[in-house]
Amino acid sequence: MKIRILNEGQFEVSDALIKELNQLDERLLAAVNDKDKGAFASVLEDIHVKVVDQGRRLPDEYIGPSDLLLPDKDTTLDEIHEFLGDEGLIPG
Amino acid sequence: MGLMNRLGTVFKAKANKMVDKAEDPREVLDLSYSQMQDMLRQAKGGIADVAAAKKRIEMQATDHKAKVDKLHSQAQAALQQGREDLAEKALQRRALILEEIHGLQPSFEKLADKETKLIANKDALERKIQAFATEKETLKATYTAAQAQTRVNEALAGIGESMGDVGVALQRARDKTTDAESKAAGLEDLIQRGALEDLTGGSGDDIDRELAQLSASNNVSSELAAMKAALGTGTETKKIAPNSEGTK
Repeated sequence: MKIRILNEGQFEVSDALIKELNQLDERLLAAVNDKDKGAFASVLEDIHVKVVDQGRRLPDEYIGPSDLLLPDKDTTLDEIHEFLGDEGLIPG
Repeated sequence: MGLMNRLGTVFKAKANKMVDKAEDPREVLDLSYSQMQDMLRQAKGGIADVAAAKKRIEMQATDHKAKVDKLHSQAQAALQQGREDLAEKALQRRALILEEIHGLQPSFEKLADKETKLIANKDALERKIQAFATEKETLKATYTAAQAQTRVNEALAGIGESMGDVGVALQRARDKTTDAESKAAGLEDLIQRGALEDLTGGSGDDIDRELAQLSASNNVSSELAAMKAALGTGTETKKIAPNSEGTK
C-alpha cells in the first residue's frame, strides 16, 4: 500500500505494517474527535516513525495516487478539521 | 475507518472531480499538466513572498535591536549623571522592546521552517512535472488500450494528490507569513501609537533630551566653577606672585 505523508512524499509500506498502522490510525482519529492535542501529537509521531523507518520512499518522479494520507508532524487539529471540511469526522 | 483513510479519501475526491469533468481523459492529461505548471508558478511566487517577508522582519528586528542597545547606553549615561530615575525609565523601555522582539522570534522561526518545506515541495513538483511531461504523451498515444486507461486515471489521481500537497505547503507558508508580519507590525504600531513613544527616534528622544539638558547644566556648573576658580586663582596669583618673584 502507498501512504503519502503530507509535505514529505509518498511511501510504499508492507501489508503487515498496514495492520499495525490501522490500529494506531484509529487512535489518531479518536484523538482528533476528542480534540486531544497531546495524544494526537504522540500517535502521529509513532505512525510517522514507522512509515519512514519501515516503508520505502517513492521517488518524486512517481506519478500515482496513495491509499492513505498521513498528516505531517506540523499539522494542527484545526487543519485536520479544515481538511475534512463539511464531511466531519463522524462516520456515516 | 481511521484518519489516514478519511484524509486519503478527501484528497482523492478532489482529484476525481478533475477527471470527471472531462469527456476524454486525454484532455485531462494536458489540463493537469498546465495546472501543475500553474501550481509551480504559485509555489515559486509563494517562496519569493516568504523570502521578502523574512527580509522585512529581519530588518525590523535589526532596527529594534539597535534601539535596545541605545537605551542601554542611555541608561548608563543617565546613571553617570546621577539620574537613577531616568536610567530606570530607559531600562523599562528597553525591557518592553526586548520582550516584543522575543515574541517575534517564534513566528519568524516557523515562517523559516515553512519556507524550507515549501521549497522542498516545489523541487519535488518540478521533478514530477518533468516525469509527467513524458508519461502523458505515452499515455495519450496508447490510450485506446484498457490498461492505459487505468494508468491515465491513476496518473491523474496521483497528480491531483501531489497538487493538493503542494497547495497545503503553500497555504501554510502564507499563513505563517501573515502571522509573523502582523506580529512585526504590532511592535511597529506600538511604537508609533506612543506606548513606546520617544524611546528611540533620533532627535525627538526624551531621554536623549534630558541627558542633553543634564550635560548642558553640567556644563553651566562646570563653567561657573571654572570662573570661580579663575577668580580665586586670580587673587591667589597676586598673592603668590611676589613670593615667587622673591624666590627668583
